Amino acid sequence: MSTIPSSSPEEFSLNGGTTEALHRWVSDWGEMVVDALVSLGDMAIFAGQLFRWMFAARPSRGTMLPNLYHVGVLSLPVVALTGTFIGMVLAVQSIVQFRNLGLESRLGAVINMSLVRELGPVLAATMLAGRVGSAMAAVLGTMRVTEQIDALISMGANPIHYLVVPRFLACILLIPALTVMADFMGIVGGYFYSVVMLDIDHYQYLNNSRQFVGGWDFFTGIFKSIFFGGTIAIVSCYRGFHCQAGAEGVGRAATAAFVFSFVLILGVDLILNILLDAIYAAIWPMQGAKLF
Amino acid sequence: MTEINPSQEVSQSLNASPLVELRAMTLEFAKQVILNQINLQIPRGQTVAVIGESGCGKTMLLKTIVGLIKPTSGSVHFDGRNIHTLSDYELTQLRCKFGFVFQNAALFDSLTIGQNVAFPLVQHRLASDRQIDRIVSERLIEVGLPPNVSNKRPAQLSGGMRKRVGLARALVLQPELMLYDEPTTGLDPIMSDVINELMLRTRMSKRVTSLIVTHDMRTARKVADRVVMLYPYARLKKGESQIIYDGAPEGLDATSDKRVRQFVEGEAGERLMELTRNQPRGFDETPDVSARFSSI
Repeated sequence: MSTIPSSSPEEFSLNGGTTEALHRWVSDWGEMVVDALVSLGDMAIFAGQLFRWMFAARPSRGTMLPNLYHVGVLSLPVVALTGTFIGMVLAVQSIVQFRNLGLESRLGAVINMSLVRELGPVLAATMLAGRVGSAMAAVLGTMRVTEQIDALISMGANPIHYLVVPRFLACILLIPALTVMADFMGIVGGYFYSVVMLDIDHYQYLNNSRQFVGGWDFFTGIFKSIFFGGTIAIVSCYRGFHCQAGAEGVGRAATAAFVFSFVLILGVDLILNILLDAIYAAIWPMQGAKLF
Repeated sequence: MTEINPSQEVSQSLNASPLVELRAMTLEFAKQVILNQINLQIPRGQTVAVIGESGCGKTMLLKTIVGLIKPTSGSVHFDGRNIHTLSDYELTQLRCKFGFVFQNAALFDSLTIGQNVAFPLVQHRLASDRQIDRIVSERLIEVGLPPNVSNKRPAQLSGGMRKRVGLARALVLQPELMLYDEPTTGLDPIMSDVINELMLRTRMSKRVTSLIVTHDMRTARKVADRVVMLYPYARLKKGESQIIYDGAPEGLDATSDKRVRQFVEGEAGERLMELTRNQPRGFDETPDVSARFSSI
């Protein structure tokens, strides 16, 4: 049955259509914001349950060891390899500018400072998010889809305690080790390319590195990595637990786990850098002032 | 495997107080009503088959009873206790009295068959390692599997074997209530009958109360002593109960309700007419299909 609009078709499409489109636009955005807030709240509750179970009961050896092996041992080669390349790439990228300024000997300080403070932890976290985070989301998503999580609950086991706590602990305990590996291999890679390939003086390179890179820089990198590890575990496990049905749902959960983890790693990195620099400035006001 | 008559001894074990009771239970998902005002009592020792077409809420009913899903309104009582008002600890303890056999067995891929069967015992620290090995072997033999499957992974077993492992795992804590979610779906007729016989044996030897969700009429007739049929809420008339049949399996053929008869006999009925309405033009003009419609 057709209805005749009271106004002309042109007027109708202009006025009615625009208002309707505006309503739809506002409603879509509103829905998106509400969904995002609900999701954020859900994730906060999920993290709260995780912390409660982490202290309520110790995870068994049988659930911890496979996760430690998967997160730590199997991630080590890929983190070492990418760390080496990043160190060498930094040398390649920086040498032209430094040579123009006659500061080749300072190359070691820049490469090692960048690696220890920023690239080492972020790189290790990115590799972990890609290698382990996606796998966590896919495994837990498959368990959700195939009712294995329901089976766990029906047998009186808590899925957060059994599945999430070991993964979270493995991530926060082993990401510092992976970061140290990324730092070390990056430093080796940068040294190799600078000293062997670019003929920069060995003594100057190391001496400058030693002067500029200190314990605090090393500490900030390791400290930040613990938060990155925790973020990866929470986001990936949450995505797996809230996986939609079917193969597409599992695939989407795995992709979303990596994307959200990576975005959050960078966000957390920014916040922690500001915070740590403020702490540094408060403890050592004279040196701290140089940072700003 | 010898056949066991389901009518034997069952009536003696029935008790007046229900083990499971659903009181005006309603379940909604995203404002869509799945189950509406369900009232159901399952006495101790009884085996109830819940039948109904796909999507009518049978599995949801099962998951609500075990506490995996919280009802929107109404309550679920186990042994007189409202399970949705229990604390986490109390619910965990209560779940040790349930044995749940999932549709696709839901075995843990990362564990061996032996570890899967032993899981509830290990989780609740109910036995020593040596006792666990013995119990696992016993349960596997009970479901007709050789103990040497213990070291295999779920992926290495056939569908029927996985279902039997699922049954062995559900039985390991000697539950009071067994819940089966479509136990014979996806199995060949012989393996379906093996599963039916195992459910019968379990009922006889363990004296458990059982709730079987199925759309396999052979299972319902052979294993159950009561059949409850659910009808999709969206298809009901206003004020009509979602349980359209509740009685003995023998009464299914004599019922006057056309919907029950159609389900039992496997007839599409007016669903076929709906299919015509939704088909693109020209589809329903094929002689074969129109001939089938004319007979309705």
